[in-house]
Amino acid sequence: MTKADIDAAFVEFERVQKSYDGVTLVVKDLNLSLPKGEFLTMLGPSGSGKTTCLMMLAGFETATHGEIRLAGRPINNIPPHKRGIGMVFQNYALFPHMSVAENLAFPLEVRKLDKAEREAKVMRALDMVQMGKFGGRRPAQLSGGQQQRVALARALVFEPELVLMDEPLGALDKQLREHMQFEIKRIADRLGITVVYVTHDQTEALTMSDRVAVFDDGRIQQLATPDELYERPLNSFVAQFIGENNTLTGVVTEIKGETCNVKLDSGDIIDAKPVNVTKVGDRTKVSIRPERVEFNKARLRPDAHTLKAEVLEFIYMGDIFRTRLRVAGHDDFVVKTRNASDQVRLQPGTTIDIGWMPEDCRALDA
Amino acid sequence: MTDATQETSGPIVAADGRPLRQSLNRALRRQKIRALLLIAPLLAFIMVSFVIPIGDMLFRSVENQIVPETLPRTTALLGDWDPDLGEPPPEAVFAAFYTDLVLAEERKLHTRLGSRLNYENSGVASLFRATGRDVGRFDTDIYTDQLVAAVPDLEDGAKWAGWMAEPPVRDALPQTADAYDGWAQMVAEVHNADPVTRQPADFVFAALYRDLAAGAAPPPPLDVDVGGFETVSIRDQFAASDPKWLDTGVWRTMRAYAGPLTNGYFLNAVDMMKSADGPRVRPENERIYLTLFLRTMKMSLVITGLCILLGYPVAWILANLPLRSANLLMILVLLPFWTSLLVRTSAWKILLQQQGVINDLLVGIGLVGDGSRLELINNSTGTIIAMTHILLPFMILPLYSVMKTIPPSYLRAAKSLGANDWTAFWRVYFPQSAPGVGAGSILVFILAIGYYITPELVGGTKGVFISNRIAFHISSSLNWGLAAALGTILLVMVLVLYWAYDKLVGIDNVKLGG
Amino acid sequence: MKLNRLIITAGALSLAAGMGSAESHMSNEMVLVSWGGAYQASQLHAYAEPYMALHPEVSIIWDESSPEAVAKLRAMNEAGNITWDLVDVEAADSIRLCDEGLAMEIDFDAVLAPGDDGSTPTEDFGDSIVSECFIPQIVFSTTVGYRTDMVGDTPPTSICALFDLETYPGKRALNRNPLANMEWALLCDGVAKADVYTVLATEEGQARALAKLDTIKDSVIWWSASAEPPQLLADGEIVMGSSYNGRLFSAIAEQGQPIGMLWDAEMLDFDGWVVPTGLSEERLARVMDFLYFATDTQRLADQSAYISYGPARASSAPLVGNHATLGIPMAPHMPTDPANATNVFVTQYAFWSDYRDDLDAKFQTWLAQ
Repeated sequence: MTKADIDAAFVEFERVQKSYDGVTLVVKDLNLSLPKGEFLTMLGPSGSGKTTCLMMLAGFETATHGEIRLAGRPINNIPPHKRGIGMVFQNYALFPHMSVAENLAFPLEVRKLDKAEREAKVMRALDMVQMGKFGGRRPAQLSGGQQQRVALARALVFEPELVLMDEPLGALDKQLREHMQFEIKRIADRLGITVVYVTHDQTEALTMSDRVAVFDDGRIQQLATPDELYERPLNSFVAQFIGENNTLTGVVTEIKGETCNVKLDSGDIIDAKPVNVTKVGDRTKVSIRPERVEFNKARLRPDAHTLKAEVLEFIYMGDIFRTRLRVAGHDDFVVKTRNASDQVRLQPGTTIDIGWMPEDCRALDA
Repeated sequence: MTDATQETSGPIVAADGRPLRQSLNRALRRQKIRALLLIAPLLAFIMVSFVIPIGDMLFRSVENQIVPETLPRTTALLGDWDPDLGEPPPEAVFAAFYTDLVLAEERKLHTRLGSRLNYENSGVASLFRATGRDVGRFDTDIYTDQLVAAVPDLEDGAKWAGWMAEPPVRDALPQTADAYDGWAQMVAEVHNADPVTRQPADFVFAALYRDLAAGAAPPPPLDVDVGGFETVSIRDQFAASDPKWLDTGVWRTMRAYAGPLTNGYFLNAVDMMKSADGPRVRPENERIYLTLFLRTMKMSLVITGLCILLGYPVAWILANLPLRSANLLMILVLLPFWTSLLVRTSAWKILLQQQGVINDLLVGIGLVGDGSRLELINNSTGTIIAMTHILLPFMILPLYSVMKTIPPSYLRAAKSLGANDWTAFWRVYFPQSAPGVGAGSILVFILAIGYYITPELVGGTKGVFISNRIAFHISSSLNWGLAAALGTILLVMVLVLYWAYDKLVGIDNVKLGG
Repeated sequence: MKLNRLIITAGALSLAAGMGSAESHMSNEMVLVSWGGAYQASQLHAYAEPYMALHPEVSIIWDESSPEAVAKLRAMNEAGNITWDLVDVEAADSIRLCDEGLAMEIDFDAVLAPGDDGSTPTEDFGDSIVSECFIPQIVFSTTVGYRTDMVGDTPPTSICALFDLETYPGKRALNRNPLANMEWALLCDGVAKADVYTVLATEEGQARALAKLDTIKDSVIWWSASAEPPQLLADGEIVMGSSYNGRLFSAIAEQGQPIGMLWDAEMLDFDGWVVPTGLSEERLARVMDFLYFATDTQRLADQSAYISYGPARASSAPLVGNHATLGIPMAPHMPTDPANATNVFVTQYAFWSDYRDDLDAKFQTWLAQ
């Protein structure tokens, strides 16, 4: 992210706090800015404050403290209907007593567009989501996916520059969801709109977003691009929340620049990359992605530490093999290997040595 | 694919060769019988406690048995009398009426008949009562005396019974036989006596005289020559009891209501009456029912409207409050349900009367002068206030249960789409709550037009409903026929309104909840 | 069994005269129908409580339905289920019920107690026996009470104050039936006292009475329970209202309300018991036992200690004493007291028994218009 982008911040949260009951803060000191045209996802477990942030941006909740700016203008005191922000709701919130076309015409009507213009825009928006033939239907006559498309079209029909989406795909089945993820991304890119997307589904977040803000406990834990987030989680929460992850705990025994040694609670020594450990003696959780574990000694550095691992379970999953191991007293250590023609299939009961490149094993906060 | 499934080969048949529809019906019959047996107790209960009594009540709106049953002889003859000549009926009718009235008086039926005819022609009740007291003392005993003088055996009840059992006598003396039969039956039933032991009453002798005077030739010893008898006009006897019997009015009424069925109650219920030239509108000082129907409708509409106005915001708050506070508020809404209707209505009396709490308050804060205290009770204002209060929960509850199912996201969606608060409410929220408004309105309106306790207690005379008249006729005037006719009209009106509502709004658009 | 014998003994002891029926053949429950309020209370104190003290096994249920007694009895008869045992009605209603066969004819000398002066019941009750079914209790009058603090310096002295909206503005309360209202209307419309019922028997006369009532219709609150007008007066809701002299006496003397009473053209009438026809033998036996007790000389005199109505027995008159709690002599408050009876209007119950249905229909229609 360049300096110019930040200056041109389109949506900004500055020191925003939110409390419902005056006792606990649901959102604690939120700072966030995103440029025009960005697809930003707020990801986090339920209760992490992500939806509250979205609602504050939409205007349905007021910030207890701090300022929210849209295109440089503070919007704290602007009522939702004057913010011009499109929104797609979790359950679509299509008005059941209006036809699809009427639903879409609604935002245009309240903006007092004339009939011909309204009809043209409605048609265009419906065509965009391939729902051109369904204008006369009632929402209840549509399938979930179709309703989702209509909700999207309705949020876009009045050409807002910012669109908020609150878990819009949550109610769809997996296949449809994946299809719609692609669809939404495509439309957002084509229209060049700014999107703030809330989800608790990390796959969705990783596939769609330019950047992902991982929320936990009312704070953004990490704000980064998907690959950054996956490859280089800044703390153990992010590491565990994004993707599958093996975690081992121990104490740092030695730091040598970009690598360090960690003595696990079982007594074994492993190699790791110090991320948020600073000195010898820090307790740490190390995190290793299952696909980065190596049990072919030939591929490891000669001085690499290895661990004894007992094979507990071997699962054939088609494109990959998933092997569960007992490592350093943990029996939930997972290794994923590509189903290549030369790949070994580990037999349960056998014991092997495993290891990894130090940069693949991140020593994070305990 | 078998042939059976091909459309060209006629109806689809099942594997056993029967038409599929028939097979299906057979298969479902057991299920249907079982379902019917399950609801049978309720069905029986509803039939016995609801449908049959209501049907019976509705039938009373056209039933008129009492007139032909109490006055069989009179009604049979009255048909030939032309009221338009302006003359009272001939002596024969009076004679038949004399027989009928004596028998009715003995059976204590004449007052009831009088009350019945009084519904149609005010004044008949007192006429029947007064004449009923006199009819046993008519001067017809002169026939008895003269006939007994001629044939002493006529004093003997057993002899009478013997004669009246002989067909030739009966054929020769039709009026006598008829009068004797009526008398004998009455004596047996009312006095628990054997007619054989008694001398027949004067009216039987009067009938015998009339038969003989008309030239009857019964076997001896009954073939008395009555040519020289002293006579008495039965018409004059009635006239002496009350000159009204010489007016055509009361006879017109009896003639008009001679049949076992009548449309008179329904005509009455719409301020009309029977007349010789067909139905016509009642005189102005007797017209009340159309006014009352109209008032009932208008006030019920006002009450329904007020219930919507007051109930909608309450239901809204209820539906949008957190559960705990909503429950508390709900208890407040339901509280009136747990208090007796009478108590609530009486409380309104204390609040609304001129020296009552509300007026005291208004005077106290200087809004109203002490001399010009508002009349809030014993008029339509009182009825509207009290009934709006009493019926409010019936509006709030369906509204609440419908609003509860409208997710808040609709309003948010509308606002995010650019609608201001009012537009969002009116275009998005209200249409979705409309089924609740519809259900509440139907409920309140139908309850309102049938209410009578509250209007009775706080409505004075200007704030009473048609149901008060129905209650009056059911419990005070006992004019059940008219009450039934009014009730039937009310029922039909409700059904028509319901039908109109269905046509205009669609009954699918009525919801009592989710 | 033992209990039964005890009851029989107690019953035998309690009976002064030879009412020979064994108590075991009597129903122990009795539904008495009366008018509610102060009047019913006087019956409770004077008749029912002493009776129940003698017969602890008897329970009495009161029903305040006397205003609709005729209609309800007709309806019960229609339904074939008589639930009342003894009904308190006005003289005219008793005639109606008797005519219709809904009330039992009474052999007075056989079933009632002789007067304590030795007179037969027929002699003792005298003129108050207005029909064969009517067992008289009291003489009462319907009159008008007014708020003394709302009539200025000129308290009304004439019944026609009812129709004088100029001198006495404000609401009036009148009975929601034609009784007394029609007579007063005609009197105040200039009909001579002696001609009132003759005029009222004609269509024109009835229209005339209603027309007179029309002049105050908008200022009238119509009552249907006789406890209402004293309450309305006490609340200051009305300036005057028709009521029974006993009720007004209670409001004035017992409750100290600022109410005055008119003794002008007050409608003198009898009130008494009727026994519905069709009672079972056990119920009838109990009712007759109670009647014998409740209408004897002493009981009728006792009642006047609770309410200012004159006892219907001549032999009770000398026994009329003081008010039960206030201690004031009751005789001056009786409608029969010569000082009060200067311009009495005697109700013609015979007229009302004949014309009640007609006039009710007309009156109610007029009310609803």
